[in-house]
Amino acid sequence: MSCVQTIQDYAFRSIGLGERLLPREDYTLCEQFTLIGSGMIWNIYFGLVAILFGFFAATGLAIAKNSGSAKLRKPAEFFIYIFRGSPLFIQMFFAYAVFLSIKQSVPGFSLLTSAWLGAAIVLFLNTTAYSAEIFYGALQSIPKGDLEAADAYGITGWTRFKRIVWPSMMRLAWPAYTNEAIFLFHATALVYFSGFPVWQQRGDALYYASYFADKTFNPFVPYPILAFYFILLTLAVITIFGRIGKHLNRHLPQAVLRRPSFMRTLFR
Amino acid sequence: MRAPLFSNGQTARAMFSYCTDPSTLEGLSWLSCYLTTGKHMAFYQSFGIVLVLLAITAPVALMFGFAGATAARSRIWPISLLGKSYTAIVRGVPDIAFFMFFVIALDQGFEYLRHKVKCSDWSEPVRQGNDFVVCAQAKLPLSTSPQWVHETYGFALAVLTFAIVFGAFAANVLFGAMKAVPRAQLETAEAYGMSTRQTFWRIMVPQMWVYALPGLSNLWMILIKATPLLFLLGVEDIVYWARELGATKSAKFTDFPHGNWNAYYFGGLLVFYLLLTSISERVYKRLSLRLSHGQATAAGEAQRKAAT
Repeated sequence: MSCVQTIQDYAFRSIGLGERLLPREDYTLCEQFTLIGSGMIWNIYFGLVAILFGFFAATGLAIAKNSGSAKLRKPAEFFIYIFRGSPLFIQMFFAYAVFLSIKQSVPGFSLLTSAWLGAAIVLFLNTTAYSAEIFYGALQSIPKGDLEAADAYGITGWTRFKRIVWPSMMRLAWPAYTNEAIFLFHATALVYFSGFPVWQQRGDALYYASYFADKTFNPFVPYPILAFYFILLTLAVITIFGRIGKHLNRHLPQAVLRRPSFMRTLFR
Repeated sequence: MRAPLFSNGQTARAMFSYCTDPSTLEGLSWLSCYLTTGKHMAFYQSFGIVLVLLAITAPVALMFGFAGATAARSRIWPISLLGKSYTAIVRGVPDIAFFMFFVIALDQGFEYLRHKVKCSDWSEPVRQGNDFVVCAQAKLPLSTSPQWVHETYGFALAVLTFAIVFGAFAANVLFGAMKAVPRAQLETAEAYGMSTRQTFWRIMVPQMWVYALPGLSNLWMILIKATPLLFLLGVEDIVYWARELGATKSAKFTDFPHGNWNAYYFGGLLVFYLLLTSISERVYKRLSLRLSHGQATAAGEAQRKAAT
């Protein structure tokens, strides 16, 4: 079978398109590359969903944690403590068990136990907690002068937040938030090893990599392929987040913008 | 034969005398019997495995990290390249992928080395299609060895894997900490005529810890939160037992039938980890106070001012 044929058959295998049966023997390099790459669709999906929703939730949570009222602050602190203090791996198992019992007692929640929704929710909650802590730290270190200037101009309430607080918060939090995004994409590899079942062998990249490693008993081919894909993904995240970071810092004198060396940004 | 080290040394013997017929029990007495079955004892022991893993891995990983950081600082470029690529590769890829890779790779690596030494007269290749074949004497552990050797070997592989992965993270932290020691301190040492080696061990190493501490404590937290991955490495750890005990049990196979209790067991694990991380945080706060004492940092200066 030619490589083009393999790609046509297996490129979207992880979402159920193309050939149904996985290759059984004589695993070629092309098959391993294609299937592991196909699995990356799930990693990217989980990462994107969690970041997209998590960003807004984390902003709200950070403000809640920073607020003077204990009614807002305490729950936010508790939420962050729970999700930052325990392993994501255990959170996944726990959530799956809870989702399972919800599904059995309340009709209409059957989707919760499938990975595309259930695991996405757990990842979303987890990244919300970590990002909220980062945003909270940034809120605490907004330059005093910025806020005083806002007060002097009579800017208050929502406008003050939108124009003064939020942009500064983003600017300060951005390097740490980039790290969190990279970590999150790495964490997506956990999904199919932590309770959530793989349906019809439609798994993520690590699922296929371990499939090949189990079958060929040779870890030296599939795992380096997986590493290659993840480094590509990490590079993409760094590029996109770097662009946004540059945009956030565009009003600052350019000399302040010291670009960290390429290798340092890649591997933190 | 010695008793198994980590698996359940299960006995039919019940802990309390009234536990002989669980089907007659109710409420608290049922629960007390249920929670003291042999399998539950193995479950409680497996918490010890997590702590043992942490206790062994942390110093070993720190040693790996120290070696990595020193290598990365080396003036001989192949060594410095080695140190730098060690940190770079491990950090660019999800740690779970590394765990799954290293456990097989290390195992095969050891067996291959033993195969080369012990059966040098073999002519067949080690990799035959989808098989990895070494001679019987090179197998690790030997197929004749008792169960506890197998389990200890599996655990040792897991520790080594953790140490390699976390050593890379630690190397990065220590590398930064070494650079953070004020240049003036080293220059003073040189002015006093200390050799490079003396400067490194007497001036830089004692002073770098205060700079390394925030990073190392962060790493310790990540290490704690990575311990459940032992489950994926085939060790019978807390996750293994929680899954085993939490699953639905019918009356046919056990004296204590129950529904799916996974949520309770994993809830318990969640609390265990929360405790572990909060205790660590408290210890860290004390430690950083101690280490800042007499240091030329803001925290050290604050302590000096408070004392006078």
